[in-house]
Amino acid sequence: MGCVEDLKYEILIRDASFKECRDYIRSHFSESLDVEPGFKIFDVHTIGVPPIAVGLDGDNVIFPFTKPCHGTYLLRVNDPEEAARLRAQKKGR
Amino acid sequence: MESDTVAQSSKTALLVLGCPQVPVQTSIALYLASRLKKAGITPVIAGNKAANTLLVVADPDRHYLGEITDLDRVVAQITEKKRDFDKCFVFIHNDAGISYAATMGVISKAKLYVLVYGEHQDDLVQQITFPCTKIAAKAVHNPLPLKKAIDEAVPWAA
Repeated sequence: MGCVEDLKYEILIRDASFKECRDYIRSHFSESLDVEPGFKIFDVHTIGVPPIAVGLDGDNVIFPFTKPCHGTYLLRVNDPEEAARLRAQKKGR
Repeated sequence: MESDTVAQSSKTALLVLGCPQVPVQTSIALYLASRLKKAGITPVIAGNKAANTLLVVADPDRHYLGEITDLDRVVAQITEKKRDFDKCFVFIHNDAGISYAATMGVISKAKLYVLVYGEHQDDLVQQITFPCTKIAAKAVHNPLPLKKAIDEAVPWAA
């Protein structure tokens, strides 16, 4: 089980709905992929209503992170390895 | 008067708690855990630290509660196919609750029930378009409307 607190993240949106995060990614990033709930990004299982949009911007990964009391955050993490892994997933589909 | 006899079965149910800011959640979670146990279904409760602590303090001798676990941990266990349940009840009073319910619907093979309550239950119910059994009532401080809806659905018998 992973912990987001271990990542160096930037919060793009806070206390949002899952739909707001999906719409934000699709409208602000030219590159994205859709994943199912439970899909691991970094070491975190994603929570959300499918399809869950994940954005890619250079070496940045933009993904939703949901907590019961705080709604959904949209986080941006700079990580070349994870961005490359997600691009490979996208190509493999 | 309800019987205290506990039926024998190996069935399990996961109760996924939301944020405990709406008072009825703790009361209904204890009630549902009790009804499930009486039906021979082992309840496992998963929530964040605050939601779980509210339950543990309310039931110090564990008359109603069984296993209580961390929500993130059980999501990981189910996703990684290390654990699953026969039934899953997700408590919903906000958007995050819908996200958790949809996630359970995808990662788990359990029969999914959503318990929708709070001030905005009508709007929330309309947003739930994935397969599940919806049990809903406008309940914030008074748990009886939601208890009644649960009793009518009889989810421990299905």
